[in-house]
Amino acid sequence: MTTATTPTPREMTVIYNREDKIFRGIVTGGALTSLVVLGLIGLFLFLRGAQIFNDNGIKFITGANWTVGSEDGIIPDDFSIGAMLMGTIVVSLVAIVVAFPLAIGGALYLEFYAPRAIRKALVTLLDLAASIPSLIFGLWGIEIFTRFGERWAVFLNNWLGWIPIFGVQFENFGRSPFIAGCVLASLVVPITTSVAREVYSRTPRDLVDTCYALGGSKWGAIRAVVIPYGRSGVIGGAMLGLGRALGETVAVYLLLNLVFRYNFRILESEGGNVASLIATKFGDATPYELKALVAAGFVLFLLTLAVNMTATTIVQRSTPRA
Amino acid sequence: MTTSATSTSSAQSTTESASFVGLETRGAHAWFGKHHALSDVSLKFPNRTVTGLIGPSGCGKSTFIRLLNRMHEFIPGAAMAGEVLHNGSDIYAPSVDAAVVRLKIGMVFQKPNPFPAMSIRENVLAGIKLAHLKKPNHDEIVEACLMRAGLWKEVKDRLDASGGSLSGGQQQRLCIARSLAVEPEVLLMDEPCSALDPGSTLRIEETIKELAAKITVIIVTHNMQQASRVSDFCAFFLTDGGPGYLVEADATRKIFTNPADSRTADYVQGKFG
Repeated sequence: MTTATTPTPREMTVIYNREDKIFRGIVTGGALTSLVVLGLIGLFLFLRGAQIFNDNGIKFITGANWTVGSEDGIIPDDFSIGAMLMGTIVVSLVAIVVAFPLAIGGALYLEFYAPRAIRKALVTLLDLAASIPSLIFGLWGIEIFTRFGERWAVFLNNWLGWIPIFGVQFENFGRSPFIAGCVLASLVVPITTSVAREVYSRTPRDLVDTCYALGGSKWGAIRAVVIPYGRSGVIGGAMLGLGRALGETVAVYLLLNLVFRYNFRILESEGGNVASLIATKFGDATPYELKALVAAGFVLFLLTLAVNMTATTIVQRSTPRA
Repeated sequence: MTTSATSTSSAQSTTESASFVGLETRGAHAWFGKHHALSDVSLKFPNRTVTGLIGPSGCGKSTFIRLLNRMHEFIPGAAMAGEVLHNGSDIYAPSVDAAVVRLKIGMVFQKPNPFPAMSIRENVLAGIKLAHLKKPNHDEIVEACLMRAGLWKEVKDRLDASGGSLSGGQQQRLCIARSLAVEPEVLLMDEPCSALDPGSTLRIEETIKELAAKITVIIVTHNMQQASRVSDFCAFFLTDGGPGYLVEADATRKIFTNPADSRTADYVQGKFG
């Protein structure tokens, strides 16, 4: 034991055989391609919009004005998307606030209370609903939902009008962020419900059984085990829904009057979001305005990316211990 | 042969069925859909005794134990026939609330499973909350239950630590403490030590013996030594490919030294299973 030295750990080499090499190449290529495409889209948007960021600086995302200058230059171009960003967030938040309880309730019902036949039918229906184009929801919103939505809005205004966000300047309750948000909620509910159901269905069976074995009711088991266990996954599902709402174009385009003003009053008939701004202005934009629209797209791109990355982080970080 | 097993079981106390105090099954069957899992089991579990349920895998022991506190019915397609009587009243009677049955007849599972989002203290009190029991002296309950489960000394200074931070054996004792907090009269244990090391297993066995001073324990085990160490009575189950059935039930000493059925002798001596 006189020359006791700790040996250096040996290198261990991994040798891939032919099969593995080929397959590895294919999947690596696939994964990289999607990353590269995403990167290139971001880069394209940034480069095409760079002049706008350069000209306007931070004002581009804080201002609330969209003026196409006159050709003689007397009225200058002035583009900023602050109000639209705000509108994007407000409408999406309304959507998620309305959709979240519905989705959680629906998921718990499907997983724990629905008879098997009904569950099967409803799950199929939900998946179907998730694949309906948002245009259809937008039309439904205008033609049918608005009538009910206006009544809810009046009700909210009557009882909660003293809270600034539920106040209005003009008693005209149609075409408001609230109504648009409710319609977006119907777009968000299917995806959030199906994620939540999936998460709840993975609650370890013996934890639920333990609740029953302790004399607990179904609701007791849901509250003590299922909800805490599924919390992070459900938050992830909600964020996925939020991502969908943030980027929603057509439904908002149909349902909201585009008004370039910061509007915190969700029952007021004005608003808009970035995506519908782009859709509205794109067709007959001047070359410089086009750049502003691309720049707006870049900002939206970053916003959705940030939301989705946050969602992923939350889900990964708080995966419950088994 | 099941009927003969029932009649030969001198494990049963001397009093006849009507006035039997404790847990009792009469002609119990269990199905999962069309699969007949358990056939015609009649057994008695006198109060404050430990009964070991032994037999090879797939012979219906776990199905049987889940029949005893109405956990069986949570499996889709599950059905049962016969009677399970607790202190003379049928726990499957239409007017009986299964949650109340489970409060009186608790259960500890194979894998230690403290609630992951709760502290040690909260885990012990979980049943009281779940069943909406009105008990003011929570601190005393926590201490008493952890004491009975043989865990108090190890955790008394960290009751607010997560239940998941304990070792496997400690977690299982925490699960026992959790079951005791709602003051069950019977505790069912489905292979409670199969996921534990020998040291932890011995601690749990000591706990089981102490528990039997106050409550009835019914334990499923694959470990013959364990059955002989902890139980007063043993019931041997078997299957011939069809539904599981009871071969015989008797005092543990008799099952291990001089059983009535030669298959029991072969099984406890390790000749099959």
